[in-house]
Amino acid sequence: MTRTTTNQASGGLQDFARRTFIRLGVLPVFLIVAVVVFSLLSSKFLTGQNLINVARQSVYLVLVALGQMLALISGGFDLSVGTAIAVTSVVSALTMVWASGVFPEMLWFAITIGILAGFGAALLIGIVNGIGVSYFQVSPFIMTLGVSSVGGGLALFMTGGVPVSGLPFDFGNVFGFGRLFGVPVPVLVAIVCIVLMWIFMSRTRLGTQIYAVGGNIRAAELSAINTRRTLMIAYALCALLASLTGVLLTARVESGEANLGGSIALESIAACVIAGVSLRGGIGRVENVVLGAFFIVLVQNGMNLAQVSSYMQMVLLGSLLILAVIFDQVRYRMMMQAR
Amino acid sequence: MTEHVLEATGLTKLYPGVRALDDVDFALRPGEVHVLFGENGAGKSTLISMLAGANRPTSGTIRLNGREVSFADVGAAQEAGIFTVFQEFSLIPTLSVAENIFLGREPRRGPFVDHRAMKRMTREIFQQLDFPIDPGAMVATLSRAAQQMVEIAKAHHGELSVLILDEPTASLTDREVDHLFEQIAELKSKGVGVIYISHRIQEFARIADRVTVLRDGALIGTLEMADADDDTLVEMMTGREVTEIYPRIQRTDPKTVVSVDGLSTPGVEPANFEIMKGEVLGIAGLVGCGKSRLVRALMGVVPRSGGTIRHRGEDVSGLPVRDMIARGFYYLSPDRKAEGLDLARTSHDNLATNVIEGRGRSFVRWSSVRAETDAISDRVELDPGYRKRLVSQVSGGNQQKVLFGKCFAQPSEIFILDEPTVGVDVGTRAALYRMIRDLAENGNAVIVVSSDLPEVLNLSHRLLVMAQGRIVDELEKDEISEDRVLRKFFEDREQAS
Repeated sequence: MTRTTTNQASGGLQDFARRTFIRLGVLPVFLIVAVVVFSLLSSKFLTGQNLINVARQSVYLVLVALGQMLALISGGFDLSVGTAIAVTSVVSALTMVWASGVFPEMLWFAITIGILAGFGAALLIGIVNGIGVSYFQVSPFIMTLGVSSVGGGLALFMTGGVPVSGLPFDFGNVFGFGRLFGVPVPVLVAIVCIVLMWIFMSRTRLGTQIYAVGGNIRAAELSAINTRRTLMIAYALCALLASLTGVLLTARVESGEANLGGSIALESIAACVIAGVSLRGGIGRVENVVLGAFFIVLVQNGMNLAQVSSYMQMVLLGSLLILAVIFDQVRYRMMMQAR
Repeated sequence: MTEHVLEATGLTKLYPGVRALDDVDFALRPGEVHVLFGENGAGKSTLISMLAGANRPTSGTIRLNGREVSFADVGAAQEAGIFTVFQEFSLIPTLSVAENIFLGREPRRGPFVDHRAMKRMTREIFQQLDFPIDPGAMVATLSRAAQQMVEIAKAHHGELSVLILDEPTASLTDREVDHLFEQIAELKSKGVGVIYISHRIQEFARIADRVTVLRDGALIGTLEMADADDDTLVEMMTGREVTEIYPRIQRTDPKTVVSVDGLSTPGVEPANFEIMKGEVLGIAGLVGCGKSRLVRALMGVVPRSGGTIRHRGEDVSGLPVRDMIARGFYYLSPDRKAEGLDLARTSHDNLATNVIEGRGRSFVRWSSVRAETDAISDRVELDPGYRKRLVSQVSGGNQQKVLFGKCFAQPSEIFILDEPTVGVDVGTRAALYRMIRDLAENGNAVIVVSSDLPEVLNLSHRLLVMAQGRIVDELEKDEISEDRVLRKFFEDREQAS
């Protein structure tokens, strides 16, 4: 036993900052800085209308980041989320066009099997990732990078690089631009997913298994956890969440495109790491990741309003990711050392 | 003036909310072996980390040969002549022994590294240490004991005035310990001061000149080893009277629950034995004799190359670990950091993982899980203040208690405890032994696999002795004696050579 010091009051503020940093990571600081800087740069930034815009635009990244979070917490990551989106888009669009040609009077049937076909294709990507990582112990980096190239190539091959058009109008009207009770459908979908993911991660056995496997896979195995199955589930769910994003984006652009989701792997990893998900696995919270994704979109929105060129935006986003990882290292060291 | 080679005065180290070291004075004479003794968390590691340059004191001074020093890092301390062998090795597993020893100071021939000279010099160092090692071998392929010797060999460089050894014998066999002690005696005669951290009184009594005892970050006292006996030291360390460390364990109606027939795995020859409920089965052997591999093969942690395992009449050979656990087997890993605990989470969360698995329900009710982890923490006597702390932030003894707690989270009847008290202080050991007693007396089968001979000798009702991958003897309680066990180790060695 070590004794606690009596002079808690001195250095209390420093201690508080330290504890907050260990618990929440760097996100609160980043958010405050971003809001201050962008509202100085543009008067339109801090308006209700703009924030609602940001919320709507952030749906796609939120969903992908939630999936990415699963892969990260399990101790890996998924670079193929962009490919899962592209494959979903192409496969679901091709299926919808085909089905609406065969059953012209049953448009909703065509839409449904189109979406399911997209899910199925992405699930396949997730399962291949999971098998590689868990059964063959391929490093997640190489596995998902390889799958990303395979999937991206197939998506381009299926379409010949040309967007798939001629989707049923209802598909775009409902999933792209529709509103239910005045709320955009994509936002509703995201809210449902956030709630389900929160329950999954904090209230189910599978969720705790993913944390345990990422925290120490050998210890998890000795605690009777089926580590391979757990990794499979993490990658499969990650791909499915990306796939859902793919469906929503396809509805938004009203065509199947093989180039959707180009930069989303980087953005989703950045969102997670900024939100305190550890690159070493085992640590991360749903609500923070949602906020992290929101933050990334907020920064992109702010830069657009401040008329930063899209090329410079790439520079800034990459820098933010690296900065977040540096803070993650510092945080991990503080966590491990504090006695 | 410089009677002491190293002298620390008023050393204090504060971490937020915690006084890890409190105004400690420490002095090392040239050519003495000075033991640091204390429970886990007493401040020994904090003290040496500052002497070694790995950490800076909040206040207090350190003098080396009379001059005040302040080291920027471990490298600076090494240049000044203070070399530390930490428990966590600083070897690079993918490099060879020679490359590790000369890392950063490779002998040159023109602009190129002179590999031949490097190997020759390495061979010379190990000849001096009387420890046969191939200088070209990759470090990853060596046993832990051999890695330890490589680590010590690294200190054989330049001007060495202080050598700090943090539990150097934890993974060494008796013969290797003898070599190490000869080496220490050699350094002593050259005037090197040695700081030696150890829990094993019998062992350090052979070489120590003085002992400094720490408790709760404070200095309790420094005494000449000649004046110190076991009881005094343990009392100073724990702050309480020595009670019997090993409890008496009743054997209650032993009945066979597991029969192992010809079980083998690489490094272990076919083994036959029975596991019985209501008794403690000990497995004794030197480090590297295959006793751990044997139980790991039994548990399904490492693949089995042959033989059958029957549990209550059913063949369970070759089942994966999780199925063995589901059948009531529990395996306590000897390496709590690498495969026992998730260091970045709290004790509570670590236990919760097993509680949730044990219940097998899809949804988690945290209030009831928390109630159960609290009950388990009470049972393993884990201080309430530590339960919500990250495991990395509590001492080794408390980490071991958490690991023990995992045993109780899933319903089990066969407890395989592999080195259950490794690196744990006397107070915690006594608590863990009481838990072993309760398990056995409640009718469970308990297997204690240990390199700590007194531990298995005192706890076991039945004892298997292993050497060179074989079970060489099986003893009943009244036959168990240190002599007989040690003789078995030797007999086998002579036959083998």
